[in-house]
Amino acid sequence: MESFSLILAIVVVTALAFDFTNGFHDTANAMATTISTGALKPKIAVAMSAGLNLVGAFLSVEVANTISKGLVDEKGIRPEVIFAALVGAILWNLVTWLVGLPSSSSHALMGGLIGATVASAGLGAVHGDVLVTKVLLPAVAAPIVAGLAAMIATRLSYGVDSRTGDRAESEASRKGYRVGQIASAGLVSLAHGTNDAQKTMGIITLALIAGGAIAPGSNPPTWVILSAGLAIALGTYIGGWRIIRTMGTGLTDLEPRQGFAAQTSAATAILASSHLGFSLSTTHVVSGAVMGTGVGRKGGVVRWSTATRMLVAWILTLPAAALVGAGAESVTDLGDWGTGVVAVFLVASSAAIWKMSRREVVDHTNVVEETEVPAGVVTTAIAAVAPPPSGTISEDLTATIPAPAGTETTAAAASVAPPATTV
Amino acid sequence: MKIDWSAIGSVFGVSLVFTVGLVVLFTLGIRGLTRREQAAAQGDSAALAVTGAYVCFAACAAAVAYGIFLIVSKN
Repeated sequence: MESFSLILAIVVVTALAFDFTNGFHDTANAMATTISTGALKPKIAVAMSAGLNLVGAFLSVEVANTISKGLVDEKGIRPEVIFAALVGAILWNLVTWLVGLPSSSSHALMGGLIGATVASAGLGAVHGDVLVTKVLLPAVAAPIVAGLAAMIATRLSYGVDSRTGDRAESEASRKGYRVGQIASAGLVSLAHGTNDAQKTMGIITLALIAGGAIAPGSNPPTWVILSAGLAIALGTYIGGWRIIRTMGTGLTDLEPRQGFAAQTSAATAILASSHLGFSLSTTHVVSGAVMGTGVGRKGGVVRWSTATRMLVAWILTLPAAALVGAGAESVTDLGDWGTGVVAVFLVASSAAIWKMSRREVVDHTNVVEETEVPAGVVTTAIAAVAPPPSGTISEDLTATIPAPAGTETTAAAASVAPPATTV
Repeated sequence: MKIDWSAIGSVFGVSLVFTVGLVVLFTLGIRGLTRREQAAAQGDSAALAVTGAYVCFAACAAAVAYGIFLIVSKN
């Protein structure tokens, strides 16, 4: 048995919390198109995705090992650094979820890790070349690869039918594309489980190594694999409905055939890249594929304003998470009370973000409803959620019951906490 | 710093070929089934189209199986 210090326990819990946000942030990747084309009912879709994520978590530990052995120098990393990194990643995930933008959880995690490491050990502790080849380059390549493939596939698929004459959507084609879409979305979920659940395993393992609980170079212990898999599955099942809505209906209007083409392209790109050792972010791949298929259909429209907002979020992910990570690390450096302050800040701001999200509830009942996305609000991200359309709320009475008193007080604390810690 | 262009290139090529291939195969399969529907409506049979459709779907299923194999064998 490993011996556990308090800080190590905090890190493990925070890492699982990150895993949870990772799950509900990325449900959209596998299931957004499936839900928006009506191939699966929203609840069933997220349940299926959650199950496959859980299965995927047990399949391999390769990605976990890249994280715990690759990006930063594991010597000289303290558990506090990892904690600070996770704070950065979780907060960025929550903010992007609040505004409904898909962004890469892996980038958030790596950003947090880089920021915290730089604040703690200086620039030298980050492997710059690994950063470029494993993070930046894939981020640019992913949407292009998947987008082009999806576009060409969509174009050809519609082309085959128009050449042979009948384009009428027959019973067979409606059912067929539904099945195809479900299968490819399942593959994406499975691949996501093997990739993203493992990032958390990698982080926890890194923390355990840093805290001296297990030997350097170890594989993740079983309890780590199990809890990480469960956390991501739970997050997936809760469902990041805001992001699903953006991905499924915000970018373009999808027909079942397009959903199928996009999801197939995404699954292929993810599998090809992870197999060839050049990992692509699931989020970037799926977004690219959805846009590609939107362009590929004659008369298809891609809403570039939404796409631009997404792009900005992608660019901001790494530096933003790094900044928060660095800030959190400098506070934890002040001593144990500093770590306490950061922990309180994390809980308080998470509660505040959740509270803000209740102003305009998005859940499985209204996820495919058409809503106007306010234009040009990238900079004032918070403003994007401010005005709640009256229709949404009246249709969903059960979900707008005032939050329990406990949360009220935490949220109140949130308004006090930020000024103290945003030094 | 060394950028592995060949890895990027092969990811690009493989994704493109597989995606397009799969989607087109699947489309052809569905066309085959649609034929059967139409043929049945007119009282004909469309054995060739249906056989072709199942061949296409089998190829797609094989591709999915290969995908799962890739995920599982990544140890």
